[in-house]
Amino acid sequence: MNNLYIVAVTKCNANAALVFEYCYRFISIAKSYFGKVDEEAVKNNFVLIYELIDEIIDFGYPQNSEIDTLKTYITTESIMSTATAIEESSKITTQATGATSWRRADVKYKKNEAFVDVVETVNLSKGATGHTIRAEVDGHILMRAYLSGTPECKFGLNDKLVIDKNDHGGMGDAVELDDCRFHQCVRLDEFDSSRTISFIPPDGEFELMRYRSTRNVKLPLRVIPTVNEMGTTQVSYIVNVKADFNNKLSATNVVIRIPTPLNTTSVDCKVPSGKAKYVPAENMVVWKIPRIQGGAELTFSGLAQLTSTTTRQVWARPPIDVDFQVLMFTSSGLIVRFLKVFEKSNYNSIKWVRYLTKASGTYQIKF
Amino acid sequence: MASFRAPPRKGENFELAADLNSEYREKRKDAIKRVIANMTVQKDVSGLFPDVLKNMQTDDLEQKKLVYLYLMNYAKTQPELVILAVNTFVKDTDDPNPLVRALAIRTMGCLRAEKIIDYLCDPLQKCLRDENPYVRKTAALCVAKLYDLKPELVIENGFLETLREMIVDSNPMVVANTVAALTDIHNSSVAAGSTEEIFVITNNVLSKLLIALNESSEWGRVAILNALARYNTESDQESEHICERVVPQFQHANASVVLAAVKVIMIHMRNVQSENLTKQLVRKMAPPLVTLLSNPPEVQWVALRNINLLLQKRPDILTNEMRVFFCKYNDPLYVKVEKLDIMVRLAGESNVDALLSELKEYASEVDVDFVRRSIKAIGQAAIKIDEAAERCVNVLLELIGTRVSYVVQEAVVVMKDIFRKYPSTYEGVIPTLCANLDELDEPEAKASLIWIIGEYANKIDNADELLGIFVDTFIEESYPVQLQTLTAVVKLFLRKPDSSQGLVQQVLNTATKDCDSPDVRDRAYIYWRLLSTDPGAAKTVVLAHRPPISLPRTTVSPALLEELIGEVSSLASVYHKPAETFVGRGRIGADTLPKTTGDVGDDKQATQKALQTVVAGQQAENLLNFDDPMADDQQPLGIAATAALAATPAAANLLAGTSSNPLDDLVSIFGNVSMGSVPAAAPQQNGLGSFGGLSFGATPMAPSAASPPPPAQPQQAQDDLLGLF
Repeated sequence: MNNLYIVAVTKCNANAALVFEYCYRFISIAKSYFGKVDEEAVKNNFVLIYELIDEIIDFGYPQNSEIDTLKTYITTESIMSTATAIEESSKITTQATGATSWRRADVKYKKNEAFVDVVETVNLSKGATGHTIRAEVDGHILMRAYLSGTPECKFGLNDKLVIDKNDHGGMGDAVELDDCRFHQCVRLDEFDSSRTISFIPPDGEFELMRYRSTRNVKLPLRVIPTVNEMGTTQVSYIVNVKADFNNKLSATNVVIRIPTPLNTTSVDCKVPSGKAKYVPAENMVVWKIPRIQGGAELTFSGLAQLTSTTTRQVWARPPIDVDFQVLMFTSSGLIVRFLKVFEKSNYNSIKWVRYLTKASGTYQIKF
Repeated sequence: MASFRAPPRKGENFELAADLNSEYREKRKDAIKRVIANMTVQKDVSGLFPDVLKNMQTDDLEQKKLVYLYLMNYAKTQPELVILAVNTFVKDTDDPNPLVRALAIRTMGCLRAEKIIDYLCDPLQKCLRDENPYVRKTAALCVAKLYDLKPELVIENGFLETLREMIVDSNPMVVANTVAALTDIHNSSVAAGSTEEIFVITNNVLSKLLIALNESSEWGRVAILNALARYNTESDQESEHICERVVPQFQHANASVVLAAVKVIMIHMRNVQSENLTKQLVRKMAPPLVTLLSNPPEVQWVALRNINLLLQKRPDILTNEMRVFFCKYNDPLYVKVEKLDIMVRLAGESNVDALLSELKEYASEVDVDFVRRSIKAIGQAAIKIDEAAERCVNVLLELIGTRVSYVVQEAVVVMKDIFRKYPSTYEGVIPTLCANLDELDEPEAKASLIWIIGEYANKIDNADELLGIFVDTFIEESYPVQLQTLTAVVKLFLRKPDSSQGLVQQVLNTATKDCDSPDVRDRAYIYWRLLSTDPGAAKTVVLAHRPPISLPRTTVSPALLEELIGEVSSLASVYHKPAETFVGRGRIGADTLPKTTGDVGDDKQATQKALQTVVAGQQAENLLNFDDPMADDQQPLGIAATAALAATPAAANLLAGTSSNPLDDLVSIFGNVSMGSVPAAAPQQNGLGSFGGLSFGATPMAPSAASPPPPAQPQQAQDDLLGLF
């Protein structure tokens, strides 16, 4: 990344998965400490990097890698080992090794708030005949918790939620998750026995849950391309895009990339909205639409002129690729029903939930 | 940080030394930072040792850490001077601040100097019983460090007993580190030949570990799960209990925890009697395995290599999940290649259509290597699924229609395998193949097409013409093509003697007189002799019926597979090789290895020695493979994987001492390496094959040539597998 290589060496039969996970964790820790990870950052922070590595790994065994906790005792300013610091240190060390190593005990906020973002990425692969080869939702539930004390949280999703689809077959409209994975704060044994998601959250931002769904995936944009190669000199395009969701919502930042043959000289594009432009360097027409209202239907028509070539290779027809974002919409149908916070002091907390469905580089339609 | 003044005549180190002795605290600290910076870029700053050491006693934690860092780096080269630091270390382990205590004990463990080790024991003893868990968890690992340097000291001081007691510590991280340390010590003592069980997991320990599992940090869970994998269950109920307790870990966000849990389940599932539970476990394993694919590419790759292994053991694990392995356009090549292999494994009659349309797409992508592998996969699907063979052939014909040179060549190679599996079924495509004769420039493709022509010589009207082209350029062709041409012409002659008399004469002449490969010459002599002595015998030999080929379900031997399943997520499972083949000497050194086998008997020792030679050879090969492609391709992992593909199933047999005939195993190790990647060409023990490698001696060949081959040359037999026919 950024022309840097994160390298791990071993002379024994090491755990490869752990090594790679650790390397990625190191990158995320470094990012949170210096913003970006590049040569410049490494040069400027080499002392800190030594300190961090020293703390997160010992004799090849990863130790505490919770950013929040690390920041309590590895800081950019130097710490003096004074009398007050000693007390502080014992608190830190107890926390760093304890059962909730991800949370400090003395967190205080005036306003207790929790934000939940449900972000779904749609992976779509549609075949040339219009059938769906693969439609999958890769969902992340991100949480930003600004809660005082040591809050105990309970998290509830849709009532009709099937997590292990083999347990109950065919529940019709139920939301089915193929699999889900949780942040280490979630009590896995409780989830396994009673399907409740309960946890003491880390302070600040973290990824609570990740899930996958392949059943009943709602595709927000329907794209129907008609592409004809007319002789060897022209290709005609008609690409129909329909926003298949509630008309109160809208898709934003829509970018549709329509591939053209390698020997295209020019493309004549007609679009009802947004801008379409032929980009010769990437061999495609890029059609950008800032906003599509739910229910709207747009059609692109174009004609590509080709030069005659001597190569006999047929055009491989790479897929049309669509990027978009739809706020307050989930492709899987997943909804957060409740988030309950229990704390000794019994304060009131405010919770916010946002939904976002997006695609970038993964929504592909073959033609 | 950097100085703006030009360095004085006496060099930068001189200046640094002055600053290290400065009366100003800030200046000293800054100087230490510069020393560390120089050390990092490999400049020699060892001369500053005494000056740096003076700054060790400080209240400033950051400065202390920097000095420690410097000490760790140079302790080995300056052990005498490190002694000076001991006092401060020992004093620090008594510091009221737990961070300082832990730091001191951690650093002392990392000073790899004999002299300082002896001073480590007392403070370590103290820290192991420290009231602060952070210090305890650091001290636990320190025992493992000490064992690595001087095992005697650990045993003398009773640290092992202390560690064993610490398993029941109230703090989960201390438990996890203790388990990690004990496992580490156990493994190195076993590797050193000790039969003593350092880390015995008793019933009592087991229940502690199961409790600590749910409270540990992600890394701690991996350590505990690894320990659970080693536990020998006393009863089936216990195995079931472990499985039930470990299953929730499948939901963990960290891929290494998931894989460690998979490992535990796979190991303890062997003892689970209840079929219901086994089914349930296998079912629960599938979704997390699929989810591993949404990780970063490197982690995905590790997961894919392991899924590949798991599928060899339990082909039913991911039925119906083939689609998730479809390659994404932007997957790195090494991920795509693994996905291809898994797709073929999961292919069945019900999903082969989806697979084929997918593979057809891949074949039109840009990356030549990937395109070739995709086409190969089509061939594998055809060989695996009888019902789909025709559809596969149609796809291949379509691909040949694209007339892209490398696509056509690969398709021809694949067609040859299909012809071997389904003889005389798809003769209709032969004209299409022959029409592409001019397109071929790669030896393998050429050889394949020639083989097809020879095989179906009586069905191809102009076979003599086509082969004539190759006979005319015989000397310029590569050896595999020459061998194939030779055989094909002889086949043609045996089938249509009238029209090809001249051709066979010409090729035998050229091959025996002008060719500089002994293999080609020898084979030509054999044919010549055979044909002139007894054409009938020649017919039975050359036109003999060949055993059909099939797709091997496993790429490693069953014994090795079992071993690798127990190593899930480790490097061994990623390379599909036992650890011994790439680790060689662990922490102990190769010279200690023979000692371990001394008492088992000469026979086994010889086996070990032989294996070591193989290992050495493989390592050399690995290095080569690693270095070479790195230059043009920035994906060392993918390359390593390819190198690892030439797996050696026999090595495990050999190692385990289970093989009945060590020679056979050695031979098959070498044989495998030379066979390269022709998965479809299953090794066959057809006696006729070995004639290719048999040197033509002075003794006249008996007409009843189909006698079993002399056992001395089985390796070449494999080499020439396709050659003679």
